[in-house]
Amino acid sequence: MRPYVLQGHTRPLNQVLFNAEGDLLVTCGKDSNINLWWTDNGVRAGSFDGHNGVVWTCDITYDSKMLLSAAGDSSARLWSMESGEELFRYRFNEPARACKFSVGERQAAISTDPFMNSVSAIRVFNIAEDPRDMQQTGPDEVIMLTGPRGRITRLHWVDNNRHLLSSSEDGMVRRWDVETGKVLQEAQLHEKQISDMQMSVDGTHFITASPDRTSKLVDTQSFEVLKEYKSAAPINSAAISPIFDHVLIGGGQDAASVTTTAAKAGYFEARFFHKVFCEEFANARGHFSPINSVAFSPDGTSFVTGAEEGNVRLHHFDADYFTTNWDRV
Amino acid sequence: MAKWGDLLEDEEELPPSTTTGPDAKGVVTKVEYYRNEKGEVMKKTTKTRVVKIEKKVYKVAQERRAGWKKFGEAATERAADSVTSQTPDEVQLERIQRQKQTQEEKAKGASDFASAMAGSDKSAIVGSLRDMLYKKRMERQLLAAKGLIAAPERPPDEDGPGGSLPTAGSGKPGGWVPPSLRNRIGGAGGEGEMMQKRRDENSVRVSNLSEDVTEDDLADLFGPFGPIQRIFVAKDRETGESRGFAFINFIHREDALRAISKLDGFGYDNLILSVSMAAPRPERQ
Repeated sequence: MRPYVLQGHTRPLNQVLFNAEGDLLVTCGKDSNINLWWTDNGVRAGSFDGHNGVVWTCDITYDSKMLLSAAGDSSARLWSMESGEELFRYRFNEPARACKFSVGERQAAISTDPFMNSVSAIRVFNIAEDPRDMQQTGPDEVIMLTGPRGRITRLHWVDNNRHLLSSSEDGMVRRWDVETGKVLQEAQLHEKQISDMQMSVDGTHFITASPDRTSKLVDTQSFEVLKEYKSAAPINSAAISPIFDHVLIGGGQDAASVTTTAAKAGYFEARFFHKVFCEEFANARGHFSPINSVAFSPDGTSFVTGAEEGNVRLHHFDADYFTTNWDRV
Repeated sequence: MAKWGDLLEDEEELPPSTTTGPDAKGVVTKVEYYRNEKGEVMKKTTKTRVVKIEKKVYKVAQERRAGWKKFGEAATERAADSVTSQTPDEVQLERIQRQKQTQEEKAKGASDFASAMAGSDKSAIVGSLRDMLYKKRMERQLLAAKGLIAAPERPPDEDGPGGSLPTAGSGKPGGWVPPSLRNRIGGAGGEGEMMQKRRDENSVRVSNLSEDVTEDDLADLFGPFGPIQRIFVAKDRETGESRGFAFINFIHREDALRAISKLDGFGYDNLILSVSMAAPRPERQ
């Protein structure tokens, strides 16, 4: 494996994200940049310029035509993926953190942080056929979901867009009814914040990552913890392989204490766990600071890691990854 | 008598080199003729296996790749100041060596296996083949513990009853029998003849195996039924690929029969195994 190192960010990465076909990669970070890359050779295809603050999360439509980004400059923006043009800007009084298109992309959910007098909220918007039209008509807000405290870090649409899953800073995962705005179900999964939550391909289970040094595989319907992956260092992100029983975990020693310890003790490797046996079976070195976000490509043939140092590493698996029997001791 | 090489030398021209294949196994055979330093005609046959690796690309992705122009910072970026670089060194997926279980843990695992059984039932384990095997083995152990099936033979404990040596005839069924006395059913025939006979009699044929099943996998699968003398996975002589069947020679015939009864029709690697006694090899004349 000779990974591509993508140095398009000057500050820590927040999220790395593939599109549906896996030919495009979007990365966003604290330097208010969003970059778009071709995954075959790692060449930068473009940058979405406009945000004035940290870009927390992004989401790509299924047809890879539109990008939604949520940023700390109290805005969320819709972009054209092909041209990089800003199509629409949602303005809030609070920093926006998580964002997600609904299945079918007729709606979008955007979470905003508690700020000044306002509490944390999930806002659901209808998206116009041509988002540029909303520049005249204004955003079409359907409902605002509020109640629990704490920032909402990740959102997922489930149950045919009827419900939203949210993960939050207080270690809770909640299921919201989008129509009534009520919390239907909640579970305390982690002691500390949930920094990442990624769905499996079929949506039956998801994986959470937390700085409490665990990552958990959770059933989407019952919120039952199916598996727990333990690490010696805080975990920032976790992804489920779409083709194997493998789980990719990224994290590492707290950024604040990185300079005081040797890089070797930092656990900055991208670490592969067996999904069922919960044992770490392999890792890949490269970063010299905590990994903030990991992702598998949709076909499972490559993975990408974005770290605190601002580097993104795009790995295409060697042929032996697919032929090795990783289950064997 | 002239050699065929000499005959060829008389003629001015060398036979044309021929290339045949690829055949069904992907083997290309190339035959070339050339003269060495002494002027002798040499024939060189090269066999190469051709493997085609297919890479699928989405049509929309291809169109995007061709049609999209760079924008933002990427548009003004020159090749010299590219933000993308490939690492000069190979980065390996470094395999983690698992810690070997200590004796204590093993003992604990063995005594506490009923609860392990409950645990493995509870967790919804789907799809993992090795887990299925583990579960299967656990079930067998449970049955053995309940006395529903005979436990596998074991050597007697050191503090067990000594004295008279057990023989195949006198021991109770399932009792330990020294290897030299095992399988002495007829009692006739010399030792060498018996070895041959034993192998043929207790050989189990497994077919419908997937291509990447190894001897070790089969040892895992058939090991629980009893001691195995030999495992043979049939491989293609030219490509080295498994041909989808294997022979397992058990030391005891009853183990072989039990393995057949349990594993015939067992789903392994998404395939349904077919397990039967191997037909004895026809007598060589």
